[in-house]
Amino acid sequence: MSQSLAWNRKDLIDVEHLSRDEIETIFTAATAFKRAMEADDKKQPYLEGRTVVNLFLEPSTRTRLAFEVAASRLSADTITVTGGASSLTKGETLRDTARNMEALKADMIIMRHSASGAPNYLSKVVDIPVINGGDGSHAHPTQALLDSFTLLEKFGSLEGKRITILGDILFSRVARSNIWCLQKLGAEVTIAGPSTLVPKEFEALGVHVCHDLQEALEDADAVMLLRIQHERQTATHFPSIGEYTSTFGLNKQRAKWLKLGAIIMHPGPINRGVEIDSELADSEQSVVLQQVTNGIVVRMAVLHLCYCAHNGKSIELP
Amino acid sequence: MNEILWITGGRIIDPANKRDETGDLYSVDGVLVEQLDDTQKKAATKIDANGLVVAPGLVDIHVHFRDPGQTHKEDIASGSRSAAAGGFTTVVCMPNTSPVCDNAGTIQRIMDKVARESIINIYPTGCLTIGMDGEQLAPTGQLKKAGVVAVTDDGKCVQSNEIMRRAVEYAKMLDLPIMDHCQDASLTQGAVMNEGEWSLRLGLRGWPKAAEDIIVARNVILAELTGAHIHMQHVSSANSVDILRRAIARGISVSGEASPHHIEFTDADLKDYNTVYKMNPPLRTDADKEALIEGLCDGTLACIATDHAPHSPDEKDREFDTAPFGIIGLENSLASSLGTLYHSGRLSLSEVIALMTHKGAELCKLDAGTLSAGADADICLFDPDEEWTVDPKQFFSKSRNCPWEGQTLKGKVKSTFVAGTQVYDGTSISA
Ligand SMILES: [Zn+2]
Repeated sequence: MSQSLAWNRKDLIDVEHLSRDEIETIFTAATAFKRAMEADDKKQPYLEGRTVVNLFLEPSTRTRLAFEVAASRLSADTITVTGGASSLTKGETLRDTARNMEALKADMIIMRHSASGAPNYLSKVVDIPVINGGDGSHAHPTQALLDSFTLLEKFGSLEGKRITILGDILFSRVARSNIWCLQKLGAEVTIAGPSTLVPKEFEALGVHVCHDLQEALEDADAVMLLRIQHERQTATHFPSIGEYTSTFGLNKQRAKWLKLGAIIMHPGPINRGVEIDSELADSEQSVVLQQVTNGIVVRMAVLHLCYCAHNGKSIELP
Repeated sequence: MNEILWITGGRIIDPANKRDETGDLYSVDGVLVEQLDDTQKKAATKIDANGLVVAPGLVDIHVHFRDPGQTHKEDIASGSRSAAAGGFTTVVCMPNTSPVCDNAGTIQRIMDKVARESIINIYPTGCLTIGMDGEQLAPTGQLKKAGVVAVTDDGKCVQSNEIMRRAVEYAKMLDLPIMDHCQDASLTQGAVMNEGEWSLRLGLRGWPKAAEDIIVARNVILAELTGAHIHMQHVSSANSVDILRRAIARGISVSGEASPHHIEFTDADLKDYNTVYKMNPPLRTDADKEALIEGLCDGTLACIATDHAPHSPDEKDREFDTAPFGIIGLENSLASSLGTLYHSGRLSLSEVIALMTHKGAELCKLDAGTLSAGADADICLFDPDEEWTVDPKQFFSKSRNCPWEGQTLKGKVKSTFVAGTQVYDGTSISA
């Protein structure tokens, strides 16, 4: 990948509005950061003296840690504000909280929020870059970007590749962002799972909707599993975890339906024995840990690009 | 008082009397008369209405004035001024105030305040159930004595079919119109927008049309069972229109209203998570919008009502999920309705005026919405073609939650008279 670096965005809110060039720019930067990391050149100077606020108003460990590591690898100071500790629980509005962060001279805000659209709102309220760390059921752009980055490492190109996303699509921001990202990169996307969690109307987004596990797996070059959280969303969308596992859970037997060389992905944390067999999750086919590593470099790339664009700096890479 | 009004040379459109002609309109002491004698003519205040439409004062049977309880959003005084500026001379207020209107005392308090502070005719409604909890019938007889013109739990919907059945039977005995906000709550838990492609794109919790359709169908069945008339408030879905159309054809006594926003906007307008498009029921699809317009055209939907629902800017200025439902609409209702129905070529001027005057008035049995001799001289003068740009900051409402902000609309209210007295002159409130 050696095209010019196209990036003019102050914020990263979703993948839907990114061009393919922009996505590839992120991957170019991520590749450079990954190469440097592998050469044991872990820390980069690009955000030295800058303050990145992790505004995590919905509980998350993985994404928060990944952003914290990414920011510190770019030499930024990080402040983490989590839901319970923030004054939002005391009735302060998101606008006031954000304006305060700005007044404290933060240089960027990474936000995780339980309400879809909250980062869209935040980006209009503050002048500094806003990076969406996941909002409601809407978008989780860095997760989708790291997923595609991982797939590209495996396949070189996603053109014509068939990717199946399996599980709770309805409430999944990971699925939504992946649907956009994968399709922009040329992949064909199938979404699969129970009809209550995978509504037909998703076809309007260009994907194939499927409720039969075998059919969903047979042609797939990769299958992305989503976490099933029965209690979190609503108790009415399927009968029970046991029922889910028996109908849509991935086990060694069913994995045989997959193409030879097909890979298994999961954004984590995994419910072992629910959406996937423990053994399979740890198998050669699984790229779960590569996803975690790639999550760092992709997020470094995003922070770097948005910071440069906002501050009118030219983009340098290691 | 001996005030004589002589409105000359306007296009008088009075749909209730099938009148549409250029001519003069007269009122003496606040009441419309057929003619003035020569002495009266000499004493009359003459208003030149050349080039303007002279219509009955507009009637809106569905507004929220937040008084008592949330007067920072709106109150009787500001609401009445907002209405007057929109050409309205009669409105019906919903009972989901704080406290709610489930007792005669609250109604009395509202009536007293209306008498003191309103510059237009305001009629209250009472709740169907105590506390709007859907469990126990409100004292409907006492509410009627106190002055309510209809009963409704608007904002909520009685979920128990048994309670609803008894409520409509009881209200029918008292000859009180029943209005219902049709929403099956079990289908709308946590929902914030129409369920469909856009809710999937935006990741917002979807509100299926079925939540409305099921209750509309239930109400049709209960209207048939009890013989009572049930009016469906702010109908938003194509299916609901279809259910109503078939029920009316079968002779069942039901009716429905459409709001100016449901016939203009769709769920695609929510694409930027702008909370000014968050309303209950939610904006639906193009097909629904078209069905509502068709329903207004063929008479399935009896009238236009704004559901004027004021919220303060800081309440709307937040994450989509937590912002309140509702928008204001009184000051642009005429212009936006003219845009979607008249300027688009779907209905005549007279038909649009009918939907905004006597038809709603008849549903609530109000003495309003006509220019008949002997009626109160409630009059709206407007220029159907004058363009203006909506700037909610200029509104007389206390709230600014208006999705038409920045739109250029065609149709400008030039003057509003209540019982022969000018209350709005096209720019300022003159009462
Ligand atoms: Zn309502």
